[in-house]
Amino acid sequence: MTAVALDSIRKSFGQTEILKGLDLEVRPGEFMVFVGPSGCGKSTLLRVIAGLEEADEGVVRIGGERVNDTAPAKRGVAMVFQSYALYPHMSVFENMAFGLKLSGRSKAETRQAVEAAAEALGVSHLLERKPRELSGGERQRVAIGRAIVREPKVFLFDEPLSNLDAALRVRMRYEFARLHERLKTTMIYVTHDQVEAMTLADRIVVLNAGRIEQVGDPMTLYHHPANLFVAGFIGSPSMNLLPGVLEAADADGARVRLETGETVRAAVDASAAAPGAAVTLGIRPEHARIGEGENRITARARFAELLGGTTVSYWEREGAEASFTLQAPGLHEPAPGEPAELGFQARDCHLFDARGAAFMRKG
Amino acid sequence: MKGRASNPLVVNGALIGLALVALFPLFWMISVSLMQPGEAADVPPPLLPSDPTFENYLRLFGQTGMGRYFLNSLVLAVSATALSLFFNVTAGYAFAKLRFKGRDTIFRLLLAALVIPAQVAMIPLFLMLKEMGLINTYLGVLVPTMANVFGIFLVRQYALSVPTEMLEAARLDGAGEIRIFASIVLPALRPIIVTLGIFAFLASWNDFLWPLIVLIDDDMYTLPVAIAALSREHVQDAELMMAGAVVTVLPVLFLFLGLQRFYLRGLLLGSVKG
Ligand SMILES: Nc1ncnc2c1ncn2[C@@H]1O[C@H](COP(=O)(O)OP(=O)(O)OP(=O)(O)O)[C@@H](O)[C@H]1O
Ligand SMILES: [Mg+2]
Repeated sequence: MTAVALDSIRKSFGQTEILKGLDLEVRPGEFMVFVGPSGCGKSTLLRVIAGLEEADEGVVRIGGERVNDTAPAKRGVAMVFQSYALYPHMSVFENMAFGLKLSGRSKAETRQAVEAAAEALGVSHLLERKPRELSGGERQRVAIGRAIVREPKVFLFDEPLSNLDAALRVRMRYEFARLHERLKTTMIYVTHDQVEAMTLADRIVVLNAGRIEQVGDPMTLYHHPANLFVAGFIGSPSMNLLPGVLEAADADGARVRLETGETVRAAVDASAAAPGAAVTLGIRPEHARIGEGENRITARARFAELLGGTTVSYWEREGAEASFTLQAPGLHEPAPGEPAELGFQARDCHLFDARGAAFMRKG
Repeated sequence: MKGRASNPLVVNGALIGLALVALFPLFWMISVSLMQPGEAADVPPPLLPSDPTFENYLRLFGQTGMGRYFLNSLVLAVSATALSLFFNVTAGYAFAKLRFKGRDTIFRLLLAALVIPAQVAMIPLFLMLKEMGLINTYLGVLVPTMANVFGIFLVRQYALSVPTEMLEAARLDGAGEIRIFASIVLPALRPIIVTLGIFAFLASWNDFLWPLIVLIDDDMYTLPVAIAALSREHVQDAELMMAGAVVTVLPVLFLFLGLQRFYLRGLLLGSVKG
């Protein structure tokens, strides 16, 4: 049984193909997060699932049933929009009751469902207000409440927190987690906030230009990105990617000569590639240290961002275009222009072939 | 933004002066309508009636059938308002928010039709209505006012500001298209509906040329047509004419003033949302 299954979904607007053949299975009760750069088709995919857009090709299944020709309201999904999309001339109560009223529920039943949802979301005292008399966070809760009362099989959230300020986002993020824990309903959540994706998701779908780059749980995406795109997209600050050439690949790992001349070891199985092949070495900023580690590269400090608990410093290397990012706990401010040896461990390295696919990491 | 023309006395004085100039004809119209027969023709013309009388109004309603014309105008204006609101609002909304084939092409064609002056279209329109047998009927007066490009355009521009996500939320809530229109769209469009309604009512109430062309029997005349006919018969009788003008102008003036609150908001709301 799957909650939502997509089979070769394609969708074009005019001449532009936005979704280029997507296959995906969402398990019952799963919290699935879609991430990807702006314009990659996240919202479009969500809208195809909801039935607000029709797929040009492919099959959408919800709860095992083909729903391509089913009206949005009959699919058993509820959606929360980025703009909340509350009905401005209706009170909070009427907003939440609208769907139930249309489905022919009795007044008493409707009132009970709305009051229960309002209670759970802490908006009971706002039921008589109009949306314009609510704060952003309250509107958000009402929008969620409107989705909850319909008791859908699948919740769809399109960047629900992006209009809120930072503090409120953190609190609402936690509430989403609790909501999922309580309802145990399948949820599909679109965001381009890394932290939201990593903390909320059972599994993350990384989308890029209308294709799925990788599907996996957050730690898999972090530790084993399948390709360069996912490696660069997941993690913040993003992974350092250093071009180089494969020198040797043996049982304990690969030896890579970087474009800047240093030779480093990576604990990956690159035996599929021949020596001399172009590769890209990946190392996360949080895995690099100043003057520590078996692999060393030389660099000059450019500037540092002091975040309090951690420091993010940016370095330039002779012969390389991209700067190297390093994130370390505590405060340390390298003087600009100061040369230093940066180091990292072989087991923290990622390695990608010329087409961008990752070699298997060891351990 | 303060400065230069800052003396409120000067500004307000000028405004009051201009208002008086603008209101004077209206004032004199009412004044003359209350004068004795022939009094307005005195030289110099008197400002106020020497011996105010409602005689002219009594004659107007008693002898000239003005009550009938007033009713004709009222029925036609109300019908025209209702019909044009119905068609303009539905069409404007459809052009703004519904997806259908050729939507933008049709809309551009409609806009292109705006450059054709109404007077040019009148003769062909008249011939068309004649074919349809609608000459000398109320329907013939109403048909051309049922929908107009400007009204559709106005509603469309306003409806564009209605968030699509709100309509989609309603669709997901299980509302059909008609329900969405009635429960979600109409309330959102209320300011523009009031504005358009006033425009439509005034246009119909004040229209002279088209009813003159279409209506033949004089008991079907509207107020402007009837007063024009009256003035041909009673060239000398300025007092009676002015009473007719008062009956024509005052109701819509009050309507306009009464709805001003909504109407102004309609014009403003497009830009200042919230
Ligand atoms: N109705 C439409 N007509 C034409 N093009 C559209 C339509 N809806 C979306 N697009 C295009 O499809 C592409 C994907 O849009 P989509 O909204 O799915 O992106 P997204 O991944 O949600 O981006 P964001 O993170 O900015 O919300 C964009 O290039 C957008 O311009
Ligand atoms: Mg989007």
